[in-house]
Amino acid sequence: MKDFINIALPKGRLGEKVYDMFERAGYPCPSIRENNRKLIFENSDACVRYFWVKPSDVAIYVERGAADIGVAGKDILLEYEPDIYELLDLDLGKCRMAVASKSDFRDNTDKTLRVATKFVNITKKYYAGKSREIDVVKLNGSIEIAPILGLSDVIVDIVETGTTLKENNLKVFETIVPISARLIANKSSYKFKADKIADIREKLSKQVIKND
Amino acid sequence: MKLKSEYMRTEEKVIFALRELYSKYGYAQFKMSKFEEYDLYVKNKDFLVSDSVITFNDTNGKLLALKPDVTLSIIKNSTDSSGVQKLYYNENVYRVSKNTHSFKEIMQTGLECIGNIGTYNICEVVTLAAKSLSAISDKFVLDISHMGLISSVLAEINDDVKTQILKFISEKNTHDLISLCDNEGVDSKTIVSLINVNGTVDEIKEKLLAIPFPESAADALEEIFTIANILENTQDKDKIHFDFSIVNDMNYYSGIVFKGYIEGIPTGILSGGRYDLLMNKMGKKSGAIGFAVYLDFLERFMEETKEYDTDILLLYNDTDKLAEVLKTVDTLTTQGNRVLAEKTVPEGLKYKTLLRFE
Repeated sequence: MKDFINIALPKGRLGEKVYDMFERAGYPCPSIRENNRKLIFENSDACVRYFWVKPSDVAIYVERGAADIGVAGKDILLEYEPDIYELLDLDLGKCRMAVASKSDFRDNTDKTLRVATKFVNITKKYYAGKSREIDVVKLNGSIEIAPILGLSDVIVDIVETGTTLKENNLKVFETIVPISARLIANKSSYKFKADKIADIREKLSKQVIKND
Repeated sequence: MKLKSEYMRTEEKVIFALRELYSKYGYAQFKMSKFEEYDLYVKNKDFLVSDSVITFNDTNGKLLALKPDVTLSIIKNSTDSSGVQKLYYNENVYRVSKNTHSFKEIMQTGLECIGNIGTYNICEVVTLAAKSLSAISDKFVLDISHMGLISSVLAEINDDVKTQILKFISEKNTHDLISLCDNEGVDSKTIVSLINVNGTVDEIKEKLLAIPFPESAADALEEIFTIANILENTQDKDKIHFDFSIVNDMNYYSGIVFKGYIEGIPTGILSGGRYDLLMNKMGKKSGAIGFAVYLDFLERFMEETKEYDTDILLLYNDTDKLAEVLKTVDTLTTQGNRVLAEKTVPEGLKYKTLLRFE
């Protein structure tokens, strides 16, 4: 039996770009481009099996071994701290994790700072590093609305272009960490499919053009 | 009493195999209580895998904990002596599962070698770790690393940065490592080339020699080569790899550290190393090396779905002579069948043969 490599790709535009890179790396799977509702795509010649999953779930598939490798945003990796290998910075989907608030916001250090975010762990760690006491408000979407309605003082969220913030009269105050897509691998799979994973990593890394 | 392995679950088979293995090498079983004084864990919090411990008061109001770890209890009970104490255990530990944030009972077995540890002891423990993995499956890899080597490379770096670097090393994350080192003005070359060394004993020797280690690494390197040369002669040498991305807490582990993987199980199931520094912290002069095997993942590994729920389904009526029914069942079981006696056919049951009692 041939050893397949299971690859979890994040649904959406980023995932499609990433698939193109895999294809150029010599792991094509033409059926993936057909417009249908299939979930899993296989190419037995190249011994690869691709599947689309929700971007925030890629790390879970990889950590639990359902996928051998995958591509996930650094934000997800920082938030969930999965026990995986992070093999390569693909330099795609670049954005940053930032602290933002209303343009006229002024930090009042004598009070507990109320922070609304999807990324509870990143937030806690960041403020613990500054020894600042915070009250985390966990939200699942539309974070930007929280400071406008007074639900929180600031938000911690992903900022790409900053357009949404600007349109809502919000402003970035601090950058916590730059974010980009990373190639990740299951630790056990890495031991048993080492050659193939190393080959994929190598060929993908040649396509990464750093433009800082 | 005879035991038939077909009636044992995977983890039970493995436990028996490991017990036999450790006993054969002269390790004595260490049986302990499920409870331990909470104080022990407060003092060594970082050594524990998860922060949360289940606590409760004993009848005198003293705070006790359900054991989250066995090693600390074994060290507490050890005495410094000139020889070597060899112990193994098979216990349940209680930890918080990272994924579900709830407590889990985890079956753990392992061994500890405490005392005046020499090269032979290290090699024996590493070999036993490999044999433990091979008792589970022949598709395994035992990765070995050395904390002494890693700490000598990181010696000059301040603690905050060191913690981050260690995390990147364990993730084989060279890109973030390089940018962190650049920011901190640390030379990342040696660290990166160390992370990239992995492979079997043969494969790593030259690669290691090519790295310009600081002088303080000399002892660690010598130990690695001595051990590598001895392990080269063991039967599992192809499955013993060196991989310097395996890191354990520097405050506790000092020498060789290792992790074992089985194909088909998504996380490492064996973990161990030399923990002289922990012994030191707990006021012991001896050295120690040991490892633990986590058996909870085996439940779903090599799971065989049985084709039939029972070999023979024997149907009887209350009007039948029940003594005869019982005797028939007895006869059939002694012939090696699994027999289920019922009055009607149970719903959904899969049987090989259906018999009617007459």
